[in-house]
Amino acid sequence: MSAIEIKDLHVAIGDKPIVKGLSLTIKQGEVHAIMGPNGTGKSTFSKAIAGHPDYTITQGDVLIDGQSILALEPDERARAGIFLAFQYPCEIPGVSIANFIRAAMQARLKDGEELDATGYYKQLYAQMDSLKIDRKFTSRAVNDGFSGGEKKRCEILQMAMLKPRFAFMDETDSGLDIDALRIVSEGIEHMRGADLGILLITHYQRLLNHIVPDFVHVMYDGRIVKSGDKSLALELEAKGYDWVKTELAAS
Amino acid sequence: MSTSLTETISPTGSFTPDIFAQHLAAQTGLPDWWLDAKRTAWAQFQSSPLPTIRDEAWRFSTRSGIKLDGYAPASASPSAQLPAHASDLPCAARLVFSNNVLAQHTALAADLAARGVIVEPLRDALVKHGDLVRRYLNQQHTNLGGDKFRALHTALAHDGVFIYVPAGVEVPTPIAVVHQASGAGATVFPHTLVVAEANARATIAEFFTSAEPDAVQLASGVNDLFAGPGAQLNYIAAQAWSSQTLAFQHNAITADRDARILALNVHLGGRQARHESHSRLIGPGAHSEMLALTVAQGTQEFDQRTLQTHQAPHTSSNLLYKNALLDSARTIFSGLIVVEPDAQKTDAYQSNRNLMLSDTAEANSLPGLEIQANDVRCSHGATTSRLDPEQEFYLLARGIPKAQAAELLLFGFFEKVLGEIPHEGLYQTIRALIQTKLKK
Repeated sequence: MSAIEIKDLHVAIGDKPIVKGLSLTIKQGEVHAIMGPNGTGKSTFSKAIAGHPDYTITQGDVLIDGQSILALEPDERARAGIFLAFQYPCEIPGVSIANFIRAAMQARLKDGEELDATGYYKQLYAQMDSLKIDRKFTSRAVNDGFSGGEKKRCEILQMAMLKPRFAFMDETDSGLDIDALRIVSEGIEHMRGADLGILLITHYQRLLNHIVPDFVHVMYDGRIVKSGDKSLALELEAKGYDWVKTELAAS
Repeated sequence: MSTSLTETISPTGSFTPDIFAQHLAAQTGLPDWWLDAKRTAWAQFQSSPLPTIRDEAWRFSTRSGIKLDGYAPASASPSAQLPAHASDLPCAARLVFSNNVLAQHTALAADLAARGVIVEPLRDALVKHGDLVRRYLNQQHTNLGGDKFRALHTALAHDGVFIYVPAGVEVPTPIAVVHQASGAGATVFPHTLVVAEANARATIAEFFTSAEPDAVQLASGVNDLFAGPGAQLNYIAAQAWSSQTLAFQHNAITADRDARILALNVHLGGRQARHESHSRLIGPGAHSEMLALTVAQGTQEFDQRTLQTHQAPHTSSNLLYKNALLDSARTIFSGLIVVEPDAQKTDAYQSNRNLMLSDTAEANSLPGLEIQANDVRCSHGATTSRLDPEQEFYLLARGIPKAQAAELLLFGFFEKVLGEIPHEGLYQTIRALIQTKLKK
């Protein structure tokens, strides 16, 4: 079983420190949730792990099975098993979903190996069907003109096809209506299993009604300030984030 | 020994009177009017100066100037090795030329021939359909500055293709024309003349290629397209000459009432490649779609000059030229929309978009309008952009390596034009040619 270990991570955007010493270990098979108020560094943290060039890791380390991934380029990190489900998936006009996912899968094969087109499309259509994505979407440009719900479903589709070991899901529930939330949650729940470690980043508890996490962490001012099981999410929902702030101030 | 050298550039270069005399002597059995046209063109070629960047029509063109020296117009013989281009493409007919000489001919299906469709080597057509050919051959000039090189073409063109689709006939699959230049110094003069009568439909795919990827060669080609009332013509061309070719291509489009012509040119090859394209909308309801894609690499220069002339009311034209520039490549786009006084309700659009993939590449854009009617809708624009870093990160975050991510985004940038290619096989062939170029 693999694990991703985040050790005392500090992340800055330009000169501004955003994440200030975050530590967390996610094993394959586990579902973690990070909750916290806006502006606390949740998105910064996940983008930094994926290797976004605008985010500088100033201290700490991220290791997969004891090997640091910080020297790896973003594409190498992805091929090492990291998947970032974007909060705001990027629109890429002119690049079809089918070609895009195909290129991503081809990149995971050994040199000289060709992706089998028939098998690929079979798999793609099966995943699309279970996510209730119209098969016609294969020829549509990535996220181009998609609704919020379509974009998020498309993120889940990519995840289902690429089969990462560790998925960082940044506010996957934001911008979804109840039906879309259900479809997306079912999609994630369907992938849940011994081979996948999931980190759900969310502002609201409602996603956690559909996907029950093994661990819940509260993030505040760039750090994890409280960890617990699923009941922590309910407590947060009942008491609000001010409760955490007051508790922190008191300690 | 010391000699002082004053270099004078000969306006005719390797193209001496002897070369022309030899060429003319070999044109036996062809109509007199054609030989006369050649003599006239030769005189025009000889008497006109080489262009300089001081000429308005050559603004921003290569600073070192154009020289016609160093070519071997008479000696190059056809290559035995024919290009594989388009060999898998399902087509209605295919003609392959090697150094101006017809090397392979897959004739048109009998049923289409029976309905009056003509797809023949120009030399045959000049004899068999002389009057018909004469009505259209070189009747419509481009007038965009390259007349000297068009004259050279007419004087020395050995053969070409004549395509004629009679009224109401549809040719369902593309007609493929392939030109190969082979050998050092080779000079080629491809000519394709397409005439679609009223309500006829056809797609022509033309490929320009070199047997050696880096041979010094010269090409001056012409492709003129005529669409009668209601006709629909698609002309798709991929220019993939050698990296050291000096290339000129002259294209004139004439669209009559309710006709629609698509001319889509993909520019990949050449050291310096100039493309001139002139659309004339002569009947109400006529439409011209002028699309182009360029991949400019190394020190290549692509020089594109266009003219959209609206002569009749209720005509429309749409031009979209997209260039991707790498390394220290240069592109020049100079386009003009002219709306003549009678062409009310004209709808004309012109857009040049440049994707800069290098800091040392240079894109020049000179869009222009000349409107002599008062009730028209015309617009033009030029943009220069770079790869979007967020799009790039999104692709990387899915495990796609940087070079491939750039290639995907480049194809994304091209897709709006590529997506207009009719016939899936042709679309794939053109995509593959672009991919091959990007791997160089």
